[in-house]
Amino acid sequence: MLEVNSLSAYYGLFQALFDVDLRVEEGECISLIGANGAGKTTLMRALVGALKVDSASVLFEGQPVGGQSERQQLARGVTLVPEGRRLFPSLTVRENIELAQHHGRPGKWDAELLFQELPALAEVQNRMSTELSGGQQQLVAISRALVTNPRLLLCDEISLGLSPYAVDEVYRLLNRARKDGMSVVLVEQNVQRALAEADRFYCIQKGRVVLDGPAADADHHAVANAYFGV
Amino acid sequence: MARPLMLTIMRLLTPTLEFDMLVFIETLINGLLLGALYALFGMGLSLSLGVMRMINIAHGDFIVLGAYLSSVIVMSTDLGPLASLLLLLPLMFVIGWLLQVVLFNRVVGRDPLSPLLLTFGLSIVIQNLLQEGFSADTRSLPAGDLALQGVELGGMSIGVLPLISAAISIAVFWFINRLIHRSPVGAAVRAVADDQETARLVGVNDKRLFAYMTGLILVTVGIASVLYGMRTPFSPASGPERLIFSFEAVVLGGLGNLWGTFIGGLIIGVSQLFGARIDTGLGPFFGHLVFLLALIARPQGLFKGGKS
Repeated sequence: MLEVNSLSAYYGLFQALFDVDLRVEEGECISLIGANGAGKTTLMRALVGALKVDSASVLFEGQPVGGQSERQQLARGVTLVPEGRRLFPSLTVRENIELAQHHGRPGKWDAELLFQELPALAEVQNRMSTELSGGQQQLVAISRALVTNPRLLLCDEISLGLSPYAVDEVYRLLNRARKDGMSVVLVEQNVQRALAEADRFYCIQKGRVVLDGPAADADHHAVANAYFGV
Repeated sequence: MARPLMLTIMRLLTPTLEFDMLVFIETLINGLLLGALYALFGMGLSLSLGVMRMINIAHGDFIVLGAYLSSVIVMSTDLGPLASLLLLLPLMFVIGWLLQVVLFNRVVGRDPLSPLLLTFGLSIVIQNLLQEGFSADTRSLPAGDLALQGVELGGMSIGVLPLISAAISIAVFWFINRLIHRSPVGAAVRAVADDQETARLVGVNDKRLFAYMTGLILVTVGIASVLYGMRTPFSPASGPERLIFSFEAVVLGGLGNLWGTFIGGLIIGVSQLFGARIDTGLGPFFGHLVFLLALIARPQGLFKGGKS
């Protein structure tokens, strides 16, 4: 479904990604593992169109789509849940979700279905998003991405700073959405969780993929080495 | 001995006191009415700052441009200044839309300096074009009977034109506020104002939204410019002063707070007229003085917080 071929990305003169190769199959979940500053978020931003990259370095169903705008990627079905949730503080919970729904793809997921799935959110739908707890805010952030009916969902640090219970709830929603065949790319600080949720993993170090393979038989020692760069 | 003296003084003072009270209330009301117009000047600036994070130095010159365009419409048709709005406002919208698409969208959203420099240049260009086209002479929009009519109110006389201006200003503020806080388009506007990058992620076309926004801003400018031109003579060089008053209204109210801008405008208007009571030439000076004092006391603006 998604194929990344020797992708390089730059912030001005600074090169953040070096010849990254990666693929995501239909319905698959992959994890990107790596230390802070390794380039995981940069990779996500490149995939979603927030960072200009070479057109041929990102293929979506065989078509070169690298460097196209966020709106074009959204229309194609690639959506990002950004790190730190980034809800709009001036919008209510419902407005946050409906804004994305309005600009996203038509499909199964809409605000009503989400409020059915998450009664706790339905109760606070008319509150400002900043009034919610961190876990609830993360659920809104994922809901906001789901209502665009993505085929490939990119999740950047969706469990950061949440209580274990809230993390479980976030992943419950994600797995509920995956049942319909949606593909997922996870960036997750908790390596055990990252490997448990994913089918395959990629370790990224200083902008390069240094290790990859099926998550089920990942060698934790090798992953740790790749993570810390020893 | 002391008591009769006091009574005499009181008796002497009372009529003046009454008179002063009347003058005070009249000045206050006229100040508020003038302030409502300043608020309308400030609205466009408040919107472009709040939504696009862009300071438009040419804002005052757009107000003057609008007044000139209205004057051209008035002279070449048999429409009055208020009726000229029918033609002026669509024209202003198109001008705003084109400016954003052709010019502003190239610089907006990067560092704040680029829009500042661009609109600074644009301000000079507009002033010179106006001078080339209309000479440096002052003009005004013919307000006709409206300029002379007044309403008698308990011994005071309040001008009908300022009353109409203030009513229009309030209506525009109410409408724009509703548009931003109660409509789907408004939600997109607020989202972009909050976080442009994330708004793009959820599919908002920020550049197109900005183009409509600047069109809308110039519509509010168009309304303000006609009300201004009917009230005060203007010349191609009047823009910068309009900009200063607009700025003071916006900053005083707190950046990005629409009703704050409205109140800010009122305060500037009232200060100016009370200043003018003390000395006719000191009106604007007192406006600036109150602005500076308020800025020292509350650098974040009087109504900090609420984004709009």
